[in-house]
Amino acid sequence: MNPSKRSLLVAAALLSGPLAVVATTTAVSATTTTAPPTTTDCGGPKATPAPAKPAAGGSTTSTAAPASPASTAAAGGDQAPASAEIDGSGATFPKVFYQEMIAAYTEKNPGVTITYGGGGSGKGRQDLADQIVQWAGTDGVIKDADKGKFQGGEVLYFPTVVAPITVAFNLDGIDSLKLSPATIAKIFQREITNWNDPAIAADNADLKLPDQPITVARRSDSSGTTGNFTKFLEKSEGKDNGCVWKLGTDSTIEWPKDTQAGEGNNGVAQIVQSTPGAIGYVDLSDAVDAKLTFADVQNKAGKFVKADANGAAAAAAGAKVADDLTYSAIWADGDGAYPITAQTWIIVYQKQTDKAQGEAIKSFLQYVLTDGQLAAIDLNFAPLPEELAKRALAHLNDLQIG
Amino acid sequence: MPPWRKPWVELTPGPSGPVATSGESLPSLQATGGTADRSFGLLTRIAAGLVLAVLGLIAVTMLKRSTSVLRAMGLDYFTTRRWAPPSQLYGILSFIWGTTFTALIALTIAVPISLGIALFITQIAPPWLRRAMVYVIDLLAVVPSVVFGLWGVLVLAPKLRTGYAWLSRTFDGWPVLGSLFGPNPQVRSFLTAGIVLAIMVTPIIVSISREVIETTPQNEKEAALGLGATKWEMIRGAVIPHAKGGLVGAVMLGLGRAMGETIAVALTIGSALGQVTVNALASGNSMPAMITAEWGEADSLKKSALVAMAMTLFVITILINMVATAVVNRSMKKSRGS
Repeated sequence: MNPSKRSLLVAAALLSGPLAVVATTTAVSATTTTAPPTTTDCGGPKATPAPAKPAAGGSTTSTAAPASPASTAAAGGDQAPASAEIDGSGATFPKVFYQEMIAAYTEKNPGVTITYGGGGSGKGRQDLADQIVQWAGTDGVIKDADKGKFQGGEVLYFPTVVAPITVAFNLDGIDSLKLSPATIAKIFQREITNWNDPAIAADNADLKLPDQPITVARRSDSSGTTGNFTKFLEKSEGKDNGCVWKLGTDSTIEWPKDTQAGEGNNGVAQIVQSTPGAIGYVDLSDAVDAKLTFADVQNKAGKFVKADANGAAAAAAGAKVADDLTYSAIWADGDGAYPITAQTWIIVYQKQTDKAQGEAIKSFLQYVLTDGQLAAIDLNFAPLPEELAKRALAHLNDLQIG
Repeated sequence: MPPWRKPWVELTPGPSGPVATSGESLPSLQATGGTADRSFGLLTRIAAGLVLAVLGLIAVTMLKRSTSVLRAMGLDYFTTRRWAPPSQLYGILSFIWGTTFTALIALTIAVPISLGIALFITQIAPPWLRRAMVYVIDLLAVVPSVVFGLWGVLVLAPKLRTGYAWLSRTFDGWPVLGSLFGPNPQVRSFLTAGIVLAIMVTPIIVSISREVIETTPQNEKEAALGLGATKWEMIRGAVIPHAKGGLVGAVMLGLGRAMGETIAVALTIGSALGQVTVNALASGNSMPAMITAEWGEADSLKKSALVAMAMTLFVITILINMVATAVVNRSMKKSRGS
């Protein structure tokens, strides 16, 4: 995307008020050609004139071109400092992976102490903005309106892993199910309320679906998982694609009142597991832990794809990555791409004023992007596509330490 | 709010109030006490001022951080029931309702039971049982609220399913009760949260009521008994009128506790957005529960909306506390006057 085109999009986004946030996000991480934002909103939620004033000039985080792969090799020689402590907080979705990374890394570098507190992507971004932590995990990009709040200046994004969000269900005797985005949208909007609905049967001719009411399980707390799941529905069936999905996308949406709320991914998993006829969205590692069965979801290419590391890796490979390494693996191109694949980043300040901490961050990130990638699959995450991992490694050289 | 705060204690000036602070009337202390007295006075003033300063700073910060949502939403913020982050629309009516409704349910259940326990302990129970009961009830007060919440959602809620279905079916079509126990009962609902809250506020109401009731002068009670009153008539004629103000204060403190409770409610209320209904069997949400659930992923405007919600809760609890203090105050005056 050339700069003039982007600034046009940003300008259009600025004009369209409350939709600005969604629009700029899509502009940066577009996997599809983004239609100019419109103010029609499917007749559902009515937008109010809310203030979505992006900070002046804050349209991209970093426009630096990625360094050449040659410098990647040079980065290979970086050493961990003798002693440093770096604290992190943020997204809970990759927490299992980061904890494993921290354990493995600090075993090799006993002088370095690394913490990761979780708490949610929003909390991570806030903590980094306030300089309470040195690194943060986030499933979403920083909104333009919040960029000015980052006291340490420019923020760099480092993609770490991707993982599928499953659509898990509990039906006696059925262990595979095919669901199209439109059907999922209707189920989660409570427009389809029984498992024997013709819309479900149409994609599952070989199954005998029971006459059983559907219980919808969703998150009670605001969550990046909800954000990514609804982004999938918005991109596939939202206001630009026929308005089947009317509830929009955010970390909390206006769920129908007769849905069941669970705390955290494992809370939703617990509802699905204990309620016959239930359906819910759960990240892969919690779904596997709770021994849930989950559906094959139809992707952009029209193929039904299983939720696993392969599908997630294919989705990440099909995503278009911006210069600052932000991208969206949701509803990505490619026959093998699992359409509800969530991406996650570690964000740090470009200027690292404390030398030891800066070096620790650099060497930890390098570990995550190299050896760490191998551990991802065992933890039900998918490693980054090779090309993206290379770009992320090169991006490490943009850190200004000391 | 610390559960053991007892407003009426502060309201009773000590018998030797102003006399003790005057240096002249205590010449023996003069030699050493002059500076010590002054610095002690200064220290207490600083301590007292600190509380006010903290309270004031909290209010100022919250006001400042909630301006952006109040500017965007105006009064709609308080009167709209829709909480819709995708369209940047934030209304907290349903959460104000959830907080109020669950607290009312809790008090409806807890007040009669608590007063019964308090009267039993003070007037009827033999001394050995009295000590045991006070101990057990105080123990209930130190159980962490997350334990109550988990018990509520894991143990209590599943057992309520058949009972709720029965309530909903039986009262279908009745006036008042029909709407209170409406259709589609949910095990995590206003009523479930209310029941858990009732158990949590009981020890507070009991221990405060107990102490209030114990202040009834022995001679008034004996006079009532001497006039031929039965035990119940004595309680009705001598104990209750004397303790009325304090009992109201106890209930109000219970109310404050119920409205501010966070995690136990968050786990049991069902987390449905936009629910303003008198159906106690429906899922809903409350202000404190909403703040914890939404904070982790809150950006700019939503964060402001959550801070404004905290401020609303803050104002409501302060109002309740003020009313409680006023009620207690008035009744103290009345009982001193008689």
